[in-house]
Amino acid sequence: MSSEKMHFEYRVEGGNFSEAGYPSSQVKKTLKQLNVEGNVIKRTVVALYEAEVNIVAHAYRGVIAVDIDTEKIIITLTDEGPGIADIKKAMEIGYSTATPEVREMGFGAGMGLSNMNTNADKLSITSEVGTGTIVEIMNYFHK
Amino acid sequence: MKVKQIIDLIKGTVVSGTENLEYTVEMAFASDLMSDVLTVKTDNLLLLTGLVNIQAIRTAEMSDINCVVFVRNKKVTEEMIRIAKENRITIIQSPYSMFKVSGILFNAGIKPVF
Repeated sequence: MSSEKMHFEYRVEGGNFSEAGYPSSQVKKTLKQLNVEGNVIKRTVVALYEAEVNIVAHAYRGVIAVDIDTEKIIITLTDEGPGIADIKKAMEIGYSTATPEVREMGFGAGMGLSNMNTNADKLSITSEVGTGTIVEIMNYFHK
Repeated sequence: MKVKQIIDLIKGTVVSGTENLEYTVEMAFASDLMSDVLTVKTDNLLLLTGLVNIQAIRTAEMSDINCVVFVRNKKVTEEMIRIAKENRITIIQSPYSMFKVSGILFNAGIKPVF
């Protein structure tokens, strides 16, 4: 592997709120070490954290793959879960299928996907009902 | 206003992280909804919340918030303190309600985000 490219993977367990945020925290530390600009770091980790919370809140389990090169970061979150039947509707602010438990954790207000969209240069969501969802977040380090 | 002055005004106790007490705060955001906090783009923000769990600290970490006030003296867990220390986040407890803390800080000149 070239020294200019980095790859990490993290496993996420559905329902485990005590561990949620660890991968996002590690990515933040890595981007800081790479001297990425603060605003880019914040946008990236906010989008990632919301996506990570979605796996914990809705899926059975998932894998977060992080690829960093000199220009950009690509984060691919692949989960095994119920999937999203209507992605367009899920993107609407206020629409949520979260459980009361998720709401007690401070999430589940139907804001996550639109906030991910705001904080990502490119956001792609593909989903198959009954199988799972793949979310890809891409942010460039220099505009 | 400096964090240590805020602590005096809200009868606060520092639970973790004394390194930010000289730090100056200009704005505050009060919410129990972490998704709402995560939409705020302002830096140098003070977070007031009644939501006492690890996700409140993680949200502060991701949002570059280095000072969190938990209202109504709610119990902060060891795990929350561990993550706060790791990220140099100051945790303050206040016996007052969210409404009262917000009112005191607003009167003292701390600005709202919106």
